[in-house]
Amino acid sequence: MTQPVNQTEIQKAILEQQSADNRKKMILNGVLLLLLLAAPFAMYPVFLMKILCFALFAVAFNLLFGFTGLLSFGHAAFLAAGGYTTGYLLSNFSGLTTELGIIAGTVAATVLGLGFALLSIRRQGIYFAMVTLALSQLVFFFLVQSEFTGGEDGMHGIPRGHLFGLVDLSDNYNLYYFVLAVFLGCYLLVQRIVSSPYGQVLKAIKQNEPRAISLGYNVNRYKVLAFVISAALAGLAGSLKSVVFQLASLNDAHWHMSGEVILMTLVGGMGTLLGPVVGATFVVNIEYQLSQGPLRDWVDPILGGIFVITVLAFRSGIVGEIQKFVKKNLG
Amino acid sequence: MSMIFGVPLAVLAGQLLIGVINGAFYALLSLGLAVIFGLLKIINFAHGAMYMLGAMSTVILFDSLGVNYWVALFLAPLLVGAVGVVIEYFLLRRIAGQDHIYSLLLTFGVALLLGGVLTNIYGVSGLRYAMPDVFQGGMKLGFMFLPYYRLWVIVMALLVCFGTWFMIEKTKLGAYLRAGTEDSQLMQGFGINVPLLISLTYGFGVMLAAFAGVLAAPIYSVTPVMGSHILITVFAVVVIGGMGSIGGAIITGILMGVIEGLTKTFYPPASSAVIFLVMVVVLMFRPSGLFGKEA
Repeated sequence: MTQPVNQTEIQKAILEQQSADNRKKMILNGVLLLLLLAAPFAMYPVFLMKILCFALFAVAFNLLFGFTGLLSFGHAAFLAAGGYTTGYLLSNFSGLTTELGIIAGTVAATVLGLGFALLSIRRQGIYFAMVTLALSQLVFFFLVQSEFTGGEDGMHGIPRGHLFGLVDLSDNYNLYYFVLAVFLGCYLLVQRIVSSPYGQVLKAIKQNEPRAISLGYNVNRYKVLAFVISAALAGLAGSLKSVVFQLASLNDAHWHMSGEVILMTLVGGMGTLLGPVVGATFVVNIEYQLSQGPLRDWVDPILGGIFVITVLAFRSGIVGEIQKFVKKNLG
Repeated sequence: MSMIFGVPLAVLAGQLLIGVINGAFYALLSLGLAVIFGLLKIINFAHGAMYMLGAMSTVILFDSLGVNYWVALFLAPLLVGAVGVVIEYFLLRRIAGQDHIYSLLLTFGVALLLGGVLTNIYGVSGLRYAMPDVFQGGMKLGFMFLPYYRLWVIVMALLVCFGTWFMIEKTKLGAYLRAGTEDSQLMQGFGINVPLLISLTYGFGVMLAAFAGVLAAPIYSVTPVMGSHILITVFAVVVIGGMGSIGGAIITGILMGVIEGLTKTFYPPASSAVIFLVMVVVLMFRPSGLFGKEA
């Protein structure tokens, strides 16, 4: 080991260290990508797509909760807005290609998100959570009462259609790669947002809002934008989900769903990029495994228990705890 | 039959009565939330579950031990209050000092846990609880029929609400509670056992919810999910009223019940949403709520 002696050598050493880190990261990412590409040949594609949809939902939620510090208890509304809009359009306009239906669903969720944001941003902390919860309940009632949503039954038999009018999405493998591409695109987008100057301001708001205000940032505008982006991505997740399962149900709009996405983010690790993905994978798997076994009726209380334990014992979540461990022992 | 805006007076009066009764429940529940929030700064997401426990334990106590309504009126809130103290002591206390959001999430987990376990044992179809004989029948008021039990619910709810308001705003114990809200460290310095005060406050807030549950047992269907339905409405009521004042919680609760009843008469499809719509309007013009003090 040579001791760096002057400034330039220290800088060089730091740069080398960074590029070594980057190389490690790239290798890791490459392996993950290969695994994702190969996954449908090892597992049931629809199950994998379910995980991807919920992972996207949780990533969207985490942008708001983990990075901006705003706990929305109404994100189910956006999932449902996306899902129902896409479902309605694809069911009723046969000429529509799938991606247009999905875009329309995302736009609907975005507009709804803007409305939510403008109202809820006036309150902070737990009030913010209550306002978003109440607003999402309003959306729930609307979906129950309206004719076009199928009321209590929801929508069934939504056609998957053709991507760009060309690629047949009724084939599970085609659909999987489409969903994967959308998911990865969104993941990279969120990664980009978080590391951008804008993302830094969001983190500043989370850490110390009065300080961010005194530094001259128009905090509310930043929050509204973060909320709208989060709602849009959540809507996109809902749109994809309705195409994958060919149905849109009231479950998506119920506040249990809003609670579930909080759980996914918290268990995986809020404020980390990979956390929500890990959390979604974990929760979807647990729900699936439980529903197959003798504990099939105990999903809710078990999720509740996981919630309690996570809040009490490991608030940084799976990814957060691993990061802490790595920092402590290997860093 | 006299008509008001094309609606028979008796129908209107009947819906108003139901509105006042629902409002009485909203008031009791939002009052408990306000009390807990005041001292602990906790949004008690398990409040609906405690209301449900109050109603469920009334039915279960009667079915298994033959405990009658009058005993249950005291026993059920005490039992549930004890559950609340346990939750506070073993769970909430561990995350004191963390962001308030965590206490909301923790109590949400507790609500999920309790609701899920009871659903597995008792199902969601609803338990039946026979109304005590005293309350059979009602009185004719000329324009409407007033069942005795409904009258009893309104009177009891108002009494308990007023009693709570009086205790917190006018007595020495209430002064301690309010002082603890302002500066709990200083209170401890004066030799007051603040952790005990906190446990008891949580227990008391939860007792209010359980008391509402006992009142609800004979008239609403008693199921493990009854709490989660009403809780979100109560949250909206709390946002409308503003958390600042105890009196505000009571007045807003009853007011919202009445508005809901009126909507049911004149435009039924909107009745389940109207409280949330009121919340939206209030947020636009008075973000801190009708009675809220903070800016």
